[in-house]
Amino acid sequence: MSVIVLAEHTQGTFKKKVFEAVQYGAAVAQSMGTTVSVLALGTVSDAEIQGLGQYGAQKVLHVADARLDNVNSRAYTKALVTAAQKENAKVIIALHDVSGKAVAPRVAASLKAGLVAGAISYPDLSKGFVVKKTVFAGKAYAYVNISSEIKVITYMSNTFPVKKGEGSASVEKLDVVFGDKDFAIQVKEVNKVTGAVPLSEAELVVSGGRGMKGPENWGILEDLAKTLGAALACSRPVADSHWRPHHEHVGQTGGTIRPNLYIAVGISGAIQHLAGVNGSKTIVVINKDPEAPFFKAADYGVIGDAMEVVPRLTEAVKKFKEAHQ
Amino acid sequence: MKILVCISPVPDTTTKIAFSDNNTHFNTQGVTFIINPYDEWYALVRALELKEAGVATAVNLVTVGKADAEPIIRKALALGGEEAIRIDTESNDPYVVAAQIAEYAKSQAYDLVLCGKESIDYNNGVVGGMLAEMLDMNYIAFASGLDVANGVATVKREIEGGEETDSCPLPLVVSCQKGMSEARIPNMRGIMAARTKPLKVVPAADIQPLSNIVSYDLPPAKTGVKLIAPENMDELVNLLHTEAKVI
Repeated sequence: MSVIVLAEHTQGTFKKKVFEAVQYGAAVAQSMGTTVSVLALGTVSDAEIQGLGQYGAQKVLHVADARLDNVNSRAYTKALVTAAQKENAKVIIALHDVSGKAVAPRVAASLKAGLVAGAISYPDLSKGFVVKKTVFAGKAYAYVNISSEIKVITYMSNTFPVKKGEGSASVEKLDVVFGDKDFAIQVKEVNKVTGAVPLSEAELVVSGGRGMKGPENWGILEDLAKTLGAALACSRPVADSHWRPHHEHVGQTGGTIRPNLYIAVGISGAIQHLAGVNGSKTIVVINKDPEAPFFKAADYGVIGDAMEVVPRLTEAVKKFKEAHQ
Repeated sequence: MKILVCISPVPDTTTKIAFSDNNTHFNTQGVTFIINPYDEWYALVRALELKEAGVATAVNLVTVGKADAEPIIRKALALGGEEAIRIDTESNDPYVVAAQIAEYAKSQAYDLVLCGKESIDYNNGVVGGMLAEMLDMNYIAFASGLDVANGVATVKREIEGGEETDSCPLPLVVSCQKGMSEARIPNMRGIMAARTKPLKVVPAADIQPLSNIVSYDLPPAKTGVKLIAPENMDELVNLLHTEAKVI
């Protein structure tokens, strides 16, 4: 019996969310009295892989096949199922991100395993195998019991703090025999947004709504985001009016985010918007309308004109950063 | 080319969520149900566009639900599609939903199966991937663009920090999101036509769930907002540092 974690690298390096998933897997393994293995796919160095030991990985299986450098749900599934069977894994963990969400369901169906998508707790073993997740786009939580022998979890990053420890993982090469069918999907073109913090991973987010009046006023939000090291987001009307690109839209029909800090500027706080952001640890609302419903969901509120308040906040952050360097 | 579109009825986005029976059931009293927006705006409309362009020959809709799901599937038929299939069972285990659809679809030779990237009620987004595995098809998740020519699909999809364009021979399962197509509103002719379109009820296969929801919970209410004067942004920064500890 063991626990296995799928660790996806980004151009040869592991991101923080992968460390968090490995650490989560190690904790789950410990609670079940077993060990955790990690599966790494594609081109990534042994040194990088060994580093996963600092987050609790004892053994890492590595399928060093360059065709796996692009995420492909079929080939990844074959690799993960092969590794899980080799390790006699009873719990399989992937991240609840674009890759994990494409691979985990296939793996679950292949192994006839129940799946919890977007876990935000450790499994409660005293009641079977009960895992907490958000439902109704963050308006509520559900406690889901998996009853199959093998369990699959996609884990929501930014749920538990990452603690770096000591240790080095052993690396074991794993051979997986792929067929042509496994690579039927061919990648024609890749466009990556460089430089910016991806919204889904951002710990700090500055978001603008219709109250910003127009796209020409986004400069002050960009300044604040840059000063904080935050990602930018927006409400649905803003994306629908093409003031901002669609990938910045957060809310029930946009992205769901759970940053440590969400600063909402000129957003009234419709229930659909709140659904996408109410997993944020701290919410600051800046709005000139004291009746804006968002204030009810906020930790800190500023009633005032964004055009005055935001530059003042940016200055205050600058001053703070200089003092705390 | 035959397309199957998976449709899920979900509570309207403005629904206030409440639970009954000691927090073990979602309280549907007074709740308006709609077609899951991702299924409707992106999967279904793109399928219809492909049919209108002469690429697809048929668009069928499928839902897994009891009789109360029928108004939703009729609404979907009002947008388009020749026929709908309702598999007569209810489950919030995504494995059961996928397996029921797979059981039906495996004998129907669909070239393309489309679903939304997730349903806005249980937010799993796993039915598409499970279906692909069960039907032994390729699967592309989070697609924002889809075209088909000569039996090969070209799909634009979201990847970590960007976008990728893939090509893949059919058959294929695609989960759809924003960018696929523009939302449509059904017209009167569509609504009238939908009334007489075939809606087949298929008995459910015997499939045991692998997971179940034990109970629900609502997020703790915020204790109350702390208001800060607009002149005093230093104080806000100070609170974010010392009290909230987020910067």
